Amino acid sequence: MEAELKTETAPTSGGRTLGIVETREHTFAGPLLLESGESLGPVTLAYETCGKLNREKSNAILVLHALSGDAHAAGLHRGEKVPGWWDAMIGPGKPFDTNRYFVICSNVIGGCKGSTGPASVDPRTGKPYGTTFPFITIGDMVQAQRHLIDFFAIDSLLCVAGGSMGGMQALQWVASCPERVRSAIPIATALKHSPQQIAFNEVIRQSIMADPAWRGGDYYETGQPEKGLSVARMIGHITFMSEQSMEEKFSRRLKNDRLGFDFGADFEVEGYLRYRGANFVKRFDANSYLYITKAMDYFDLSGGRLIAGKGVDTRFLVLSFQSDWLYPSHQSQEIVRQLKRKQVDATYCELKSTYGHDAFLVELEGQTTLIRHFLERIYYGKENGNGNHR
Amino acid sequence: MGTIADDIRPDHRVIFDWVEPGARVLDLGCGGGELIDLLSQQKDARVQGIELDEKAIYECVKKGLSVCQGDIETGLAEYPDRCFDYVIQNQSLQEIRKASFLLREALRVGERAIVGFPNFAHIGARVSLFFGGRAPMTPSLPYRWYDTPNVRFLSIGDFRGVCADMGFAVEKAAFLNGQKAITFWPNLRALSAIFLLSLPDGRAHAGERNAEGQGTKAER
Repeated sequence: MEAELKTETAPTSGGRTLGIVETREHTFAGPLLLESGESLGPVTLAYETCGKLNREKSNAILVLHALSGDAHAAGLHRGEKVPGWWDAMIGPGKPFDTNRYFVICSNVIGGCKGSTGPASVDPRTGKPYGTTFPFITIGDMVQAQRHLIDFFAIDSLLCVAGGSMGGMQALQWVASCPERVRSAIPIATALKHSPQQIAFNEVIRQSIMADPAWRGGDYYETGQPEKGLSVARMIGHITFMSEQSMEEKFSRRLKNDRLGFDFGADFEVEGYLRYRGANFVKRFDANSYLYITKAMDYFDLSGGRLIAGKGVDTRFLVLSFQSDWLYPSHQSQEIVRQLKRKQVDATYCELKSTYGHDAFLVELEGQTTLIRHFLERIYYGKENGNGNHR
Repeated sequence: MGTIADDIRPDHRVIFDWVEPGARVLDLGCGGGELIDLLSQQKDARVQGIELDEKAIYECVKKGLSVCQGDIETGLAEYPDRCFDYVIQNQSLQEIRKASFLLREALRVGERAIVGFPNFAHIGARVSLFFGGRAPMTPSLPYRWYDTPNVRFLSIGDFRGVCADMGFAVEKAAFLNGQKAITFWPNLRALSAIFLLSLPDGRAHAGERNAEGQGTKAER
């Protein structure tokens, strides 16, 4: 949804845009030992960076994207007019201020945006993995990202931040290696999927797998299961919006002036969903959608697993949005409760918004203020006079 | 450390003087974080706030403070016992329905509680009720009956009563009338009061949910 939303709203938060950026790849032999018990290697991870890493390597921020996002978080790719999915937040003078911080945005394994995933060629067979690709978890994604951070020789990240599945990765980073994360900003996310969230993902997966063109995942020569994938994405889009934002955006307006008395798209909302679905098919691999939604469903840091050890001094800024019913505020509040129980420093705010789950990409005013000041406090610490809360 | 500007709010000054350097402090209803910012900057306290209002939270974060949005009425269940040295509840007690529950919670998660509230028995209030026959308005109770956020109307005497009933020890108390400290007849002359409370020695803290009544004999 990220890449699509920004074209409509073009929100700004002050600051300038970054200019031209490019996606890079980091490949390591691995193999990664995955949570499933299988292994994966060699592994390629796509990423982008902006800003400069300082000599002490103390200003690095890892930004993590949502389900269908990519490493292109900010700035422009050469020849393109649409900036990255969080361009309003990352750049000179923006909350993730590239004059100050070195921002890395990493893609995930299992994806289809330059990293190793089901559409990649399996070196053992010379053919795309398809459904022979091993099942991956959010923990596995983070394990792969650790190789990338090691590659930069960064011991400790100033911050890990992301919304939705990006927030899950941020939480997983703290759970896996708290000593390497000075602060975390999980936005509109959860410690685990509820049955409702799993149910939506299951319907999404079933709609892909019900398309005969899916062919058990072996479609790379015959073409994507376009119908199934587009229906899957339509379901997703319904869950990203709120009742109010749909009312405001579409109401019951008709595409043409009268009812068609056929099964065409009479209402604007139908046209919108069809358009979104059709567009998505061009940019995302159906098998990746299956694997990644499964990884999200498997994610579970409840029951004290977020902060397992003692003396974790990662500081948290947890944000949720009022109209987000896909990742409702009580899930963020549960994160905060876990942190309080373990006496981990936390700031939490539920931001007013009518945009539903999409809010983390478009509702910028509150996020801008909170993230900017939170990061300054972490970065400047005591020198700012405000660093004595540790 | 320990020196503060002259224009500081008198109630904040009292609390500032009571909190020792390096203390762990939780402020319930911290607003824009003025008090905990002061404690953090000048006393090196490790501070945290709870606040309901989104804009006030922005102010706290601008100051570099940690604050969680939440309704203190629902309690402090996720905090372990005695994880703070002080739990501050300044000018919020009168807006809480479950006032006695929250006082107990404050003394569960904090070694001590600091509680500040407006005094409903101030002479101005008494006069306006007795002679005017109208719901009182004073500098510390500036609202009309229909727009007040207050749901509890208590006097200094009432508060001493609840402390006795619930077995809280009053370690210190300060009474204010504007900038002035009041020592004589505070229940009549003070516009507001601030108490420093603890549980008497030897009393377990966590199991004290049934403390009500037990303290009565000892304190009266």
